[in-house]
Amino acid sequence: MALLRITSPHTQRAGRKTSWVMLMVIAATIPGLVVQTALFGWGTLINILIAVAAALVSEAIILKMRQRSIGFFLKDYSAVLTAVLLGLALPPSVPWWLTVTAVSFAIIFAKQVYGGLGNNPFNPAMVGYAIVLVSFPVPMTQWLGSADVVATQDTLSFVHSIAAIFSSAPVIDGYTMATPLDAFKHKEGLMSSEAFASVEALSSGNLSSWFYVNMAYLAGGLALLYFRIITWHTPVALLGALAVMASLFYMIDASNAATPYFHLTTGAAMFGAFFIATDPVSSCTSNKGKLFYGCGIGVLIFIIRTWGGYPDAVAFAVLLMNFAAPFIDYYSQPRAYGHKKAKKGLKIGDSQ
Amino acid sequence: MPSDVTVFEFHGGIHPEQNKTQSLQLPLGNPKLPDELVLPLGQHIGQMSRPLVKVGDRVLKGQTIAINNGFLSSFLHAPTSGRISAIEERAIAHPSGLSDLCIIIEPDNKETWCELRPMPLWQESTKTDVLTYLAEMGIVGMGGAGFPTQVKLQGAQKNDLDYLIINAAECEPYITADDMLIREKTSHLVQGIQILQFLVEANNVIIGIEDNKEKAIELLQNELRVRQLDKQIKIAVVPTKYPSGGEKQLIQLLTDREVPSGKHPIDIGIICQNVGTCSAIYDAVVLGQPLISRITTLTGAALEHPQNVEVLLGTPIEHLLNYAGCDHSQLQRLIMGGPMMGFTLENQQAPIIKTTNCILAGSAKELPQPEPEQACIRCGMCEQACPASLLPQQLLWFTKSQEFEKAEHYNLFDCIECGACSYVCPSSIPLVQYYRHGKSAIREARDATIKSDHAKLRFEARKARQEAEAAEKEAKRLARKKPAPKADKAKVDAPTNDVTTAKADNANKAEKPANNEASKKLKIDLAIAKAKMKKLEKALTAAQEETRTEEINQLQTEVNEQKNTIQQLEDELTKVAPPAKVTKVANPNEAGVKQLKIDAAIAKASVKKLEKAIKKAEDINAPELETLKSQLTPAILRANELEKSLASAQEAAAKSSDSTATQAEELSEQAKADTKKLKIDIAIANAAIKKAKKNIDAMKAEGQDDAAIDASGLPQKLAEHEANITGLQQKLTDLTATDSKTEKPSAEVNPLADKIKKQKIAVALAKAQISKLTKRMEKEPEKAAEIQLEIEAKQAAQTTAETELAQLLNTQEKN
Repeated sequence: MALLRITSPHTQRAGRKTSWVMLMVIAATIPGLVVQTALFGWGTLINILIAVAAALVSEAIILKMRQRSIGFFLKDYSAVLTAVLLGLALPPSVPWWLTVTAVSFAIIFAKQVYGGLGNNPFNPAMVGYAIVLVSFPVPMTQWLGSADVVATQDTLSFVHSIAAIFSSAPVIDGYTMATPLDAFKHKEGLMSSEAFASVEALSSGNLSSWFYVNMAYLAGGLALLYFRIITWHTPVALLGALAVMASLFYMIDASNAATPYFHLTTGAAMFGAFFIATDPVSSCTSNKGKLFYGCGIGVLIFIIRTWGGYPDAVAFAVLLMNFAAPFIDYYSQPRAYGHKKAKKGLKIGDSQ
Repeated sequence: MPSDVTVFEFHGGIHPEQNKTQSLQLPLGNPKLPDELVLPLGQHIGQMSRPLVKVGDRVLKGQTIAINNGFLSSFLHAPTSGRISAIEERAIAHPSGLSDLCIIIEPDNKETWCELRPMPLWQESTKTDVLTYLAEMGIVGMGGAGFPTQVKLQGAQKNDLDYLIINAAECEPYITADDMLIREKTSHLVQGIQILQFLVEANNVIIGIEDNKEKAIELLQNELRVRQLDKQIKIAVVPTKYPSGGEKQLIQLLTDREVPSGKHPIDIGIICQNVGTCSAIYDAVVLGQPLISRITTLTGAALEHPQNVEVLLGTPIEHLLNYAGCDHSQLQRLIMGGPMMGFTLENQQAPIIKTTNCILAGSAKELPQPEPEQACIRCGMCEQACPASLLPQQLLWFTKSQEFEKAEHYNLFDCIECGACSYVCPSSIPLVQYYRHGKSAIREARDATIKSDHAKLRFEARKARQEAEAAEKEAKRLARKKPAPKADKAKVDAPTNDVTTAKADNANKAEKPANNEASKKLKIDLAIAKAKMKKLEKALTAAQEETRTEEINQLQTEVNEQKNTIQQLEDELTKVAPPAKVTKVANPNEAGVKQLKIDAAIAKASVKKLEKAIKKAEDINAPELETLKSQLTPAILRANELEKSLASAQEAAAKSSDSTATQAEELSEQAKADTKKLKIDIAIANAAIKKAKKNIDAMKAEGQDDAAIDASGLPQKLAEHEANITGLQQKLTDLTATDSKTEKPSAEVNPLADKIKKQKIAVALAKAQISKLTKRMEKEPEKAAEIQLEIEAKQAAQTTAETELAQLLNTQEKN
């Protein structure tokens, strides 16, 4: 038998392939998915199924057009992950075509047009989310409530969910409930304390639903950390910056601002910190860079939540920091072995 | 496991399957002699060794069969007794898979040793002797690179050494050669370390060893305790993590210091030696055995009996594979070295060399083919694993897109190619291969720039040379045109003057100018070559001090070439020179005239050149304008004087060839010539004074203190020149006086003038020295007393010189 001629190294860590990484991230979303489904009904699950199907189809079509091996690239599960993240982020009762629009836009324009996996400068899921959020604001802000807080005292049944999603049958108001962030944003002239006392969406029941959702994502995120699929830098920096900003403004004006606890446990805080901002392709590279990147997202989330036009802000904050990521990379090279200090900039001579 | 030394950490690292137990099941094996031993001449870093034997020679075990070729090279010895059956190209163990020159020995199976000359009293020898001895014993670094050990240790002689680190980490999976060596030869190893410590005198001696070698650690600890060395030699047990055995990583683990990028451990007072090298040093120094065998691990799933073997250098790998029961149907990948950094071999005939620590015969299942490369998702696992704290994902991006400048900026050249990034990459990207490609592309580009720079320099030099030649030709043409009739006359008159001279002249006529030219050119070439040689030697010593391997090699070859060139030039010169001398003797006048002509032409050319340069400098307002201008005046002066003396010399030549000319005339001519010469000398001295003054002014303008100016020796020169001028002027007046008084021989006056001149110089010198000493005294008050004494002595000297001068002047006046 002819002997192989290959350069070193001759071994590879078994098992931990890119597809494994993607599947692990998908698996880590399961606690969040379960809690979301339990609290807000079947909508999220159906969304995810629709999204995955749409993602696989659009990815396959584009790969075919780009004359790439379809099977090889579909098996990296990156499209599935994008679809799952989008499915989780979209409100549970959005019509199917909205999900399909978001996902196919994410896959085709935010990912494949740039050259496929590894080449996209923006987080595809968040590009898809932002597109439908800007284009279809009404369905995008309609969130379902958990059984204990809504008027019907029940979540939307599976059949009703299917009906709402596929025939665009309007969801009875009795099932819907604004998200706490949305409600807080539109508290109008009320003081914070008054709003928390009187507004239904800010009742302790609704708040605790969102607390559970966030805790479920935190658990998933910790699993990712444990398996070393992500590093602590981005989520810690993001949540830290958000908490610092919230505390600062709460201290300045407690009557109109929400507590840091509120900011960290509602909306997509944990989901964004552990699953969205940590997308390696579009985020910063070095550990130092990830700290800057996470901080930037945290600050932007708070700014947009407080003064922006949208109740939640993870998508826009992440996209804005995606813009900044290459720049941050240039100035956050780690100090290499044998060098007195880290190099900066892109080329030789930039360090001075 | 307790460790005597604080162990620090290094960034990154991986934990691959160790696979070390397989080869530790059997004791150290001793394979039989193969049918032939193949000894490549290049088993080390540096120049290939030079064979000392011929085909057909009988050699004894341990006999030197090749010696070092230059400084960075090594000796090679016969691993067994036998006959040299060939010296030819054979497949060698090299990543390229190429062949190279090897000495082939056919063993006689008698294993007859040559006479061994150990150095048991090494402690009483000088270090240089021991180092030389190590070189002669063919000792090179056995950890991987094969760097000649004495060269590495020589670096330690010049630096104060903080740490001598003995590398026993052996972090590569599968390899257990060092482990086995420590177990089998503990006392040899420790004594080897003692010899090393004697040579380098480090403040600390630490053995760095991974905690997976428990037995080896225990044996080492016992040995050190028994020898009561546990205070001097410490054992640092480091956690098992690849690549802790990398020199830089081990240094960081044991000392928390980093080897600066592009430098060597020796630069921060650290030297690393592999355990194999230590034991080889013991074998050489105490037993007198040169490096002819080593311990190598034979392992891999394709082998039935994986084990460590003590194997003679030059043993073909196939012989060892058969010894270990290789199942060739299973063997898919044959690796020399470990699975992380080893390289694949295609030819099983390749021999074991001094650096072969492992032969890994892998099956397809054990070392599967790499999976197809997927896209980089920048997950950063490589970054977390990189022991050099690089950003492998960025480096991949840049090397892939051929943006090598960026890759360099991201410290591509700090990559040690350990393979940790490739190992962890979830997308199966062969990262190290990309980096190797990037590095070689950058190196190629660098070489290309150096080459083009050289070409540019060569072109410019050629242009300048051609211009100079053209100018010289033109000058010669002009010179020939004017004095042609006179010269002819001289030649025609020559026979009547002296027949023998004419004969010699005729005989040499054809050769003479050519010879003169050739010898001159040769002399210039020789001077250039010698200057180059000096420069090269300097660079070489610098490189040797910093042990920059590649450069040393390059420089060594260049020095050798330069030596050859100089030798050649000298040979040619000796060939050319004698006839030229004969000519000179034969007709000094004519030769002098010619010499003067050439000099005058050159002087003119240089004036022209200077004028041109000044013009140019004026155009661009260059800062060197001043210097150029100051150079111009003496150049013009020189040219004029030369022309004058040429004319007079021609006259003299014409006259001297005239047989009827009286001696008186000749003498007066001589006097005139002398006068002229003196005038020229005065002019030159004047120019020199001006220059010196200018230089002093410039130095003052630059704000340099008097001490510095003194140190430059300029004031002294000034004084000398001034004294010189007075002397010359004196001489001149004397001469003119003598001249007007007709042929009264100036033999009496001249020595007097000479004496006066000498005294004047002595006075000036003494003055300069005194002023210098005074300055020094101000600077170094602690030595004031000594300097004061010196000054007094100098003052005394000055007074004596002055008195003598006065006396001399008196005598002169009386005359």
